[in-house]
Amino acid sequence: MGKIVIDNNRCKSCYICTMTCPKGLIKKSDKTNRLGDYMVEFDDKNSECIGCAMCAKRCPDMAIEVYR
Amino acid sequence: MQQVFSKPKSMKKDFRYTFCPGCDHGIAIRLIGEVIDELGVREEIISSTSVGCSVFLYDFLDIDAVEAPHGRALASATGVKRARPDKVVFTYSGDGDFASIGLAESMHTALRGEKITAFCINNTTYGMTGGQLGPTTLMGQKTTTSPTGRNQDYYGYPIKIAEHIALCDGTAFSARVSLDTVANINKAKQAIKKAFQVQLEGKGFGFVEILSSCPTNWHMTPEEAHERVRNEMMPVFPLGVFKEI
Repeated sequence: MGKIVIDNNRCKSCYICTMTCPKGLIKKSDKTNRLGDYMVEFDDKNSECIGCAMCAKRCPDMAIEVYR
Repeated sequence: MQQVFSKPKSMKKDFRYTFCPGCDHGIAIRLIGEVIDELGVREEIISSTSVGCSVFLYDFLDIDAVEAPHGRALASATGVKRARPDKVVFTYSGDGDFASIGLAESMHTALRGEKITAFCINNTTYGMTGGQLGPTTLMGQKTTTSPTGRNQDYYGYPIKIAEHIALCDGTAFSARVSLDTVANINKAKQAIKKAFQVQLEGKGFGFVEILSSCPTNWHMTPEEAHERVRNEMMPVFPLGVFKEI
């Protein structure tokens, strides 16, 4: 059981996390941030996230915090 | 729930990286911050950066810093270390800065066996100035100053920095790592830690070459850029430890 928190003020929408999550729980959102880029959102309805932190390790902007 | 991943403590509290989206500089700086935390040397550390995208290190790491002219990061670091041998000194440069403009300073620092640690971000181009041909630009790669692609007759061959530094007698540790996958990021952190440890143990010069992507100047998406690191850069610049004493 894990959880991530994405700081959309730091995120620059490179979408590396969306391709890194082994369970595909991070998705491109319809909303835009202050730079006009489509943000990413964490969608974990079935509590699949185990807090492996792979997304956070590959995030170049340290926009992801991981809880477990 | 416990927080298991957050910013390193040696990084400044409120900042936003000024790098392009998908740039690996952010990961490299975070790894250095994590290693500084783990070694507990934050109050003892002095960084030296010169010119390029790497110059912004002092905006993100909450440590003492010296700013050097282009390519002279290692020359300044030598001065800092000789004046304050009790401090931990490291440099952070790009490939153009380290291996072209500052090649003499870099090689001779390794040959003298200065007890400092150096990091070189190799992204096969001059990133900050708009993607010119650099010393590590791959054969056939098109840049703004090699519009038909790098060829041997006109531009020569790319330099393999980690191997050259490993040949110097003063070098205690030389490795090449990459940041394209989580496994490689973990290995990169080990190498960065080892490069600091050889300095702390007084063995000699520690060096890590970090293969990085530059999505903006390669005109690729971040994930395509990491594919290029894997498929085109790694065959020319093989990963591994080339010297360890």
